[in-house]
Amino acid sequence: MQTNQIFLLFCGILLLLGLVAFFLGRAKAARVRGAGISMYAQPDQYAWFTVLATAGPALVVSGVGAFLMLLLGAQIPTTYLLVGSLAIAAGGLAIGVLQIRPDFHARQAIERVIRLLLAGAALISIFTTFGILFSIIFEAIRFFQKESLWEFITGTTWSPGASFLEAAGRAEEGGSGGQFGSIPLFAGTLMITCIAMLVAIPIGLMSSIYMSEFAPHSVRNIAKPMLEILAGIPTVVYGFFAAITVAPVIVDVAGMLGLDAAYNNAVAPGIVMGIMIIPFISSLSDDVINSVPDSMRQGALALGMTNGETIKYVVLPAALPGIISASLLAVSRALGETMIVVMAAGMRPNLTANPLEDMTTVTVSIVAALTGDQEFESSATLSAFALGLALFVVTLTLNIVSVVMIRRFREKYRINDL
Amino acid sequence: MSQSFDEITTQLKRRHRKSARLKWLSMASLGVALLFLIVFFADMLNKGLPAFQQAMVQVEVNYNEDAETMGRAALEPDIAPLVSRSFERLIPGMIRDNPDLLGTTETRWVLTNSDVDQYLKGHRNELSEDERAAIDERVENEQVEMKFNTTFFTHGDSKMAERAGIMAAAVGTIMTMLVTLAVAFPIGVMTAIYLEEFAPDNRFTQAIEININNLAAIPSILFGLLGLAVFINFFGVPRSSPMVGGLTLALMTLPVIIISTRAALRSVPDSIRQGAFAVGCSRWQVVRDHVLPLALPGIMTGSIIGLAQAMGETAPLIIVGMVAFIPDVSASFTQAATVLPAQVFTWAGEPERAFVEKTAGGILVLLAVLIFMNATAVLLRKKFERRW
Repeated sequence: MQTNQIFLLFCGILLLLGLVAFFLGRAKAARVRGAGISMYAQPDQYAWFTVLATAGPALVVSGVGAFLMLLLGAQIPTTYLLVGSLAIAAGGLAIGVLQIRPDFHARQAIERVIRLLLAGAALISIFTTFGILFSIIFEAIRFFQKESLWEFITGTTWSPGASFLEAAGRAEEGGSGGQFGSIPLFAGTLMITCIAMLVAIPIGLMSSIYMSEFAPHSVRNIAKPMLEILAGIPTVVYGFFAAITVAPVIVDVAGMLGLDAAYNNAVAPGIVMGIMIIPFISSLSDDVINSVPDSMRQGALALGMTNGETIKYVVLPAALPGIISASLLAVSRALGETMIVVMAAGMRPNLTANPLEDMTTVTVSIVAALTGDQEFESSATLSAFALGLALFVVTLTLNIVSVVMIRRFREKYRINDL
Repeated sequence: MSQSFDEITTQLKRRHRKSARLKWLSMASLGVALLFLIVFFADMLNKGLPAFQQAMVQVEVNYNEDAETMGRAALEPDIAPLVSRSFERLIPGMIRDNPDLLGTTETRWVLTNSDVDQYLKGHRNELSEDERAAIDERVENEQVEMKFNTTFFTHGDSKMAERAGIMAAAVGTIMTMLVTLAVAFPIGVMTAIYLEEFAPDNRFTQAIEININNLAAIPSILFGLLGLAVFINFFGVPRSSPMVGGLTLALMTLPVIIISTRAALRSVPDSIRQGAFAVGCSRWQVVRDHVLPLALPGIMTGSIIGLAQAMGETAPLIIVGMVAFIPDVSASFTQAATVLPAQVFTWAGEPERAFVEKTAGGILVLLAVLIFMNATAVLLRKKFERRW
């Protein structure tokens, strides 16, 4: 591996130069100070400055060079790059040593470099968001160039199956091309999300009411971390649980009631997803209920309300915006949840209102589109990005609405909380 | 029209009953949530614990010349159908590596096939009546026994259930987590330091903050789409490799680490910063020598929790192709690998009954690791947490 060797050589020489820079810089600074001249910074700080002057520019140049070569396909011989960046390192070393003068603020220079580095790190999170946004939008646009946007929004048939023939230039053989009407997928997602919320919101909210208003400290200290365990279980485990344990139970129960249920019905993943979301709702509403000021409870009790009435007519209405915001966040999590539905829900797009039938979701379709052996350019594969875009927009909207609501809630009670 | 005291008393009683009902109802729903937890763990233990036991059979291996080409010839015909085919396949290679074996006989314990294993565990299997009788007889002679399943911990995936193990997935998980940690930890901590200690309060900083909170709530599968479009298609990182999986998970873990590091930094009281500034420290010196050491336990706790979360994540890894069939352990960042949750996912898709057990066994190992990590994080916080 030649690139590996060159990389190692580069690192080795740079390390060596860095060491030389450190000791040269410190020696020179110590000499100057030893001569009785007062300096702006400590010898060690001059030494570190020299190291930064040596390594920084060289790393930047080699990084840019590698970027140009790998991504833009520029033809730069690696040896030139190696020699060039090492020469810059040597130059940096010389300049760094020359800079060691009594009136040079080495500490402030280091400070500036570090500040820049930290700000650069902070930018990466922004890049990630834009990376997600642009990669999805870019591929989604390619999808909508092939398929109609209108059909995607209003169509009721999702069958990407035949579209790979089109991509292979054999459209005639497969009969009709793929059909990309996303309504059945969103209907399935909505159905499973609704079932999950029916489980999660009452149980989560009631548990948090018990823990914050009734429970003694000892119970609270045990129950809270135990609920958190539910949140820490990997989703793939929940998926297995839903498919192997819960789904047969649902089928049996439905059979007893004289109903016909599919093994990959929507109820099993819905219930299990609800269990997964319970701690999410309970801990968020716990925070909210706890931040309702005690003066309000005391006022209500002083008027002769019972505990239950205080909770029902005073605490909960006050906490309502926070609870709604928690529920919205939970909905956004349920919409984007993947493994449970991949393992326990069906693969067949099915537009139905019967939760005992099998149905599929947006996330299942994304996974199905990207795990086959199909060509990346085909509409079937690209459809994953169109669905991803829709998912992104929906979850982002829900998050923003919920953040705004919770901020209003907090501002309202910051003044009252004396 | 006034009410009599009796009426008011009954009304009061009713109101207090209502209040008590609310209390019991809320207590019951907490109970239901905890009951789910117990049922879940009981179910997993019930399904998964048998995976740590594996039926072994004592056989006489006769290294004759036929066995050089067909391993099955080394075994007695009546026992051969019960022995795992994986052992039969090993025999020709053993003779090739060590020609002295030829013509000798040896008595040794070998894996049975998964049907025998399932029969002894009382599960559904495809054995005939004669075969069952043969096994029962050998069990009485102590020639068939249940032993601790070392194969499960020392081998990679296999299409033969008795031979499938989690070793390759465990190594893959470790490699992937190394990449995740190496990327997410420094960047996350640096971002948090910038936002808490350096950044001016302007629109740019607020934009970063809002953005980080949003990032934490984006569905994980979208990170998989990012990994596919950016890392694989644009940067050309090898598909299915721990490298691309680790990078994808790193972006997902980043907000968790940033948020917990910021909380840890914020809990260090300002008096410490002011003291350090007062003796002439620069900003970076204050952070490096005073704030960071005090915030370190909190940062470690947050990072461990973030890492545990990343370790259980499957959806983005499916998108970047980390659900590969990996029979051999490979310690390379650029070759195809799989991780524990992905291995669980793969096994969950196998139709054989024996794989249900393997899946639950893999889940138990995964849960044990995650609980250990979270417990460490909690202990770390308890031990080093300081209240000012």
